[in-house]
Amino acid sequence: MSEGRNLLSVRGLNAWYGGGHALHGVDLDVHKGETVTLIGRNGVGKTTTLRAIMGIIAKRTGEVRFDGQDLMTVPLHRIAHRGIGFVPEERGIFATLTVEENLFLPPLIAKGGISIDEIYELFPNLKERRASAGIQLSGGEQQMLAIARILRSGVKLLLLDEPTEGLAPVIVQRIGEILRTVKARGMTVLLVEQNFQFAAKVADRFYLMDQGLVVESFPTSELLARQAKLNEFLGV
Amino acid sequence: MVLIFGIPLQALLGQLLVGLINGSFYAMLSLGLAVIFGLLRIINFAHGALYMLGAFVGYLLLVYFSIGFWPSLILAPLAVGLFGIIIERVALSRLYDLDHLYGLLFTFGLALVIEGTFRYYFGASGQPYAMPALLSSGTNLGFMFLPNYRVFIVVASLVVCIATWFLIEKTRLGAYLRAATENPTLVRVFGINVPLLLTVTYGLGAALAGLAGILAAPIYQVSPLMGTNIVIVVFAVVVVGGMGSIGGAIIMGYMLGIFEGLTKVFYPEASNIVIFVIMAIVLLIRPAGLFGKIT
Repeated sequence: MSEGRNLLSVRGLNAWYGGGHALHGVDLDVHKGETVTLIGRNGVGKTTTLRAIMGIIAKRTGEVRFDGQDLMTVPLHRIAHRGIGFVPEERGIFATLTVEENLFLPPLIAKGGISIDEIYELFPNLKERRASAGIQLSGGEQQMLAIARILRSGVKLLLLDEPTEGLAPVIVQRIGEILRTVKARGMTVLLVEQNFQFAAKVADRFYLMDQGLVVESFPTSELLARQAKLNEFLGV
Repeated sequence: MVLIFGIPLQALLGQLLVGLINGSFYAMLSLGLAVIFGLLRIINFAHGALYMLGAFVGYLLLVYFSIGFWPSLILAPLAVGLFGIIIERVALSRLYDLDHLYGLLFTFGLALVIEGTFRYYFGASGQPYAMPALLSSGTNLGFMFLPNYRVFIVVASLVVCIATWFLIEKTRLGAYLRAATENPTLVRVFGINVPLLLTVTYGLGAALAGLAGILAAPIYQVSPLMGTNIVIVVFAVVVVGGMGSIGGAIIMGYMLGIFEGLTKVFYPEASNIVIFVIMAIVLLIRPAGLFGKIT
């Protein structure tokens, strides 16, 4: 793990949430072009890790570096401009904005984002519904829109929180295809996912979290061998 | 003489015009209140004082610098908007994390301070402000006399309201504002400077009040109490339209102004309370207002 390949490096990250101590010193690295998945039971701090990296949780200590630069002192509205996009678990589609307004909401922060024509090619549903209000979209369409608007902005790292939660298998499959497409274009992804089958198809590496800490790290190739033990650990 | 429901046509049209003029001010002021409430979640009790400030900026520019109505039409909203920006930066921005009641109390106190200060220096009686020469005459329509300045007010207020509506509903900046109303944290995560957006919004709302104030100066007197008198009605308009609803504030502003004017014709005794009666009925039937969304 040489520093040069590291896009995101997190050391000793602590975070407090509504009075509770949620993260107890998370260490993780995401290399350029990699897709890394955080797994773990509900409530172990996966979502909190993403939110603390992004700076949404203000009460945090430790070190977060992106492309070698410290992020801990950067104001929330400047983080995205460094090249990080966040797709929250609840998707965060603005109900009173149209699909198109939602798509154009995140400002372009760097060249190399996916153009609007390509977005509409990747997500034909969104093109069809571009004048609809965000609130009228189905769950699957909302997830597509939440991912699409970040891809358009030109970020280098995508933080993706449980994109497949509650969606039909055919849509989960479609999201998998999209993630492989953007990975082929060099996008780096830090994914939180409960769906093993899905994660195994898109991830290069896994971090296992427990009680606010990263407790194990392994490549996807070891997933099968560890499956029985992981299932037991995760209570699947 | 033509009579409609036993009322002379001339009286009816006269009051209709008065209602439309009052409605123009209600619309501009409730629009600013709705924009501020929508994004900042602050019930801006200082709105009447900002309106009064707009009129006084025009008056003082005229008295001390001989600057007339037309330059003041630009300078007064600018000055009041700038004042609003300072207020937001220095004080309101520190209250966002507290209960909404603090914003209301602060702006209420601010209104008292501003109005008290002006009352101290200028007294409670109004100062006259001359109508711009260009618009001082009128048109005789045969059945009634139509003062040009009043037509100007109706047109100016319509232009301002439509422009503001367009800015918020149809532009990129407006999309940022609407998105920040729904979920300010996520808008910041996307890389948009929401604190700056809040400052600009309060400045815009204050500028709208200042513009209404300078427009009002030639027809109402410039008085430290002019804001107190109108702001209560304007709050009723916002409640009827639906808190935070831009379209509701504009439409109900004009409609309630006209309604009030018509009441003066048919039952003058009730004209001072008719808007509040409507507010009470709307609150009973649709607590979120006619154009508000129930959340």
